[in-house]
Amino acid sequence: MASAINILNASKLEDERLGELSQVVGQVFGLRTYVTPALLNLDRAFDASRGQYNSTALLVQLLNQYGQSDDKRIAVVAVDLFIPVLTFVFGEAQLKGPAAVVSTVRLSNPFYGLPRDEDLSLRRLEKEVVHELGHTFGLYHCHQFECVMRSSTYVEELDLKRLSPCPDCNGQLKGLMLNK
Amino acid sequence: MNSNPSILVVDDEQVVRDSLSKWFREDGYHVSAAGSAAEALQQLQGRKWDILLLDIKMPGMDGMELQQRIKEIDSTATIIFITAHATVDTAVKALKEGAFDYVTKPIDPDYLSHLVTNALKQRNLFNENLKLKEQISEFSRADEIVGESSQMQKVYDLIQTVSKTDTTVMIRGESGTGKELIARAIHSNSARRYFPIVAVNCGALPEGILESELFGHERGAFTGAQYRRKGKLELADGGTLFLDEVGNIDMKTQMDLLRVIETKQFARVGGNEIIRVDFRVICATNKDLEKAVSEGSFREDLYYRLNVFTVFIPPLRERKGDIPQLANYFVQKYSRAMGKAITAISPEAMDTIVRYNWPGNVRELENAIERAMVVGRPPIIKPEDLPYQLTEKNHVLPAGSLAAIEKAHIVSILEQNRWNISRSAEILQIDRVTLYNKIEKYGLKKPSAG
Repeated sequence: MASAINILNASKLEDERLGELSQVVGQVFGLRTYVTPALLNLDRAFDASRGQYNSTALLVQLLNQYGQSDDKRIAVVAVDLFIPVLTFVFGEAQLKGPAAVVSTVRLSNPFYGLPRDEDLSLRRLEKEVVHELGHTFGLYHCHQFECVMRSSTYVEELDLKRLSPCPDCNGQLKGLMLNK
Repeated sequence: MNSNPSILVVDDEQVVRDSLSKWFREDGYHVSAAGSAAEALQQLQGRKWDILLLDIKMPGMDGMELQQRIKEIDSTATIIFITAHATVDTAVKALKEGAFDYVTKPIDPDYLSHLVTNALKQRNLFNENLKLKEQISEFSRADEIVGESSQMQKVYDLIQTVSKTDTTVMIRGESGTGKELIARAIHSNSARRYFPIVAVNCGALPEGILESELFGHERGAFTGAQYRRKGKLELADGGTLFLDEVGNIDMKTQMDLLRVIETKQFARVGGNEIIRVDFRVICATNKDLEKAVSEGSFREDLYYRLNVFTVFIPPLRERKGDIPQLANYFVQKYSRAMGKAITAISPEAMDTIVRYNWPGNVRELENAIERAMVVGRPPIIKPEDLPYQLTEKNHVLPAGSLAAIEKAHIVSILEQNRWNISRSAEILQIDRVTLYNKIEKYGLKKPSAG
């Protein structure tokens, strides 16, 4: 069973914001959560034809570099992510695996030509981190409207979700965490 | 997760297979991937897939050819094409050949998510529709037409034959033989079965009312017509119009009906708007329509319009072999409806039932069984539970020889006509001398007065 969550920072987030993120994520999963700098080679995941970064390639790096640790690890990057068949992804996780990655790029208002709102960006990031970590614990997408495990392909959908899993997903999460 | 919707991803690029599989797995779908058309076809042999995502350009068999082969295995498969280089021609071709949709890589995740959700919704509706159609077919098979006699086998054959056509059918038979059930069976087995069968009892409605019932009326067409009302002809659009007791229609309505049957269009009573309808006509009568035509009370042209294909239902007394099966069927039916634990008929009661001549046919038999179910005590129906007339000697045909039956029948007719020889001979369709000879032969004697 994972005893802690490691947030690997490769973003431009300030320490204070990272602290908030760490605290919130720790509360949702009930696990010790800590932040370290990410040792990722982003260039190796870059796809020049798309001008984006392959999230699966980043996941592979996370697995190789942090293979010894039992902790769940999630990298926060400030580059736009994609998987080959889709135009973009907010993040990617290994289902029932140890690693996940999320991008801050499409979570911020200026990406959509809207005024900057740092608080809103952080709330979106918190939800996205919880969502991807949920997958690493084995949770699937949920159809409950406000559940954090609901699939979001549109940034406004992230705003509609709560930070925590719905009671059903929460029950499953507890079971999955105990069985691991 | 196997009860969840299933998706098969077919693409020669490993990275596409992996990323799509992973993406859909997070949604809880049962996902599998195939790297070639051959591998996909192999996976199709093993199970049904709800959605197939096919790459168009693959080495060997391409996506288009694969689609054709998939449709041969499962014609209902929902196929979405995913390709890196879309051209209008290939997109049009794919959709023409039955693909659900066509998307180009890379796909907007929101679009892909909605596309798959919509494809699944459509597939579920399709499956639900199939299931409901099956239920309708099951329901129509469970009709109350019971009987294995050769006469009824002929009727079933005729139903099967005529159901496949759109021909007008005339069902003839005595009252209570189940003409409406036959009409419903024809409708249920026809291509119109998913549309209504609308029954009109032409004998039960007075002139004027029948016209309004059939054609509908506009508001203010007559006193009391406060609202526009659709007629049975409009309601039967797409389905079947069943005209029961068609021999009782008045001359004016006969003429209007003939015009509708010929032109498939009419106007509501009091209206001018021409309404076009498409229905099949099945009619039924227990009257001698030929006689009515010769007497001038039924239009000859309408008669020929209606009398295209005739199904004659034999009276129950001519198919006595079916009586036990029918009686038991009604016992089961009312046992369920009444929640009463009567499950059988005693041999003595069954003997009485079989020997009775059932002038009211199946309807009378059903009523008799219903009554017996009410008065009888579980677990079986006894002779005393049956209606009185069944045990009356003049209605019970004796078992045994033809002579015994002839004797009983002659006695019955003579008693009904108070031993009026001329009238009895006329009913028996024999001459008076023959009747006297038979009275002597069977030793019949007129009961003394008082």
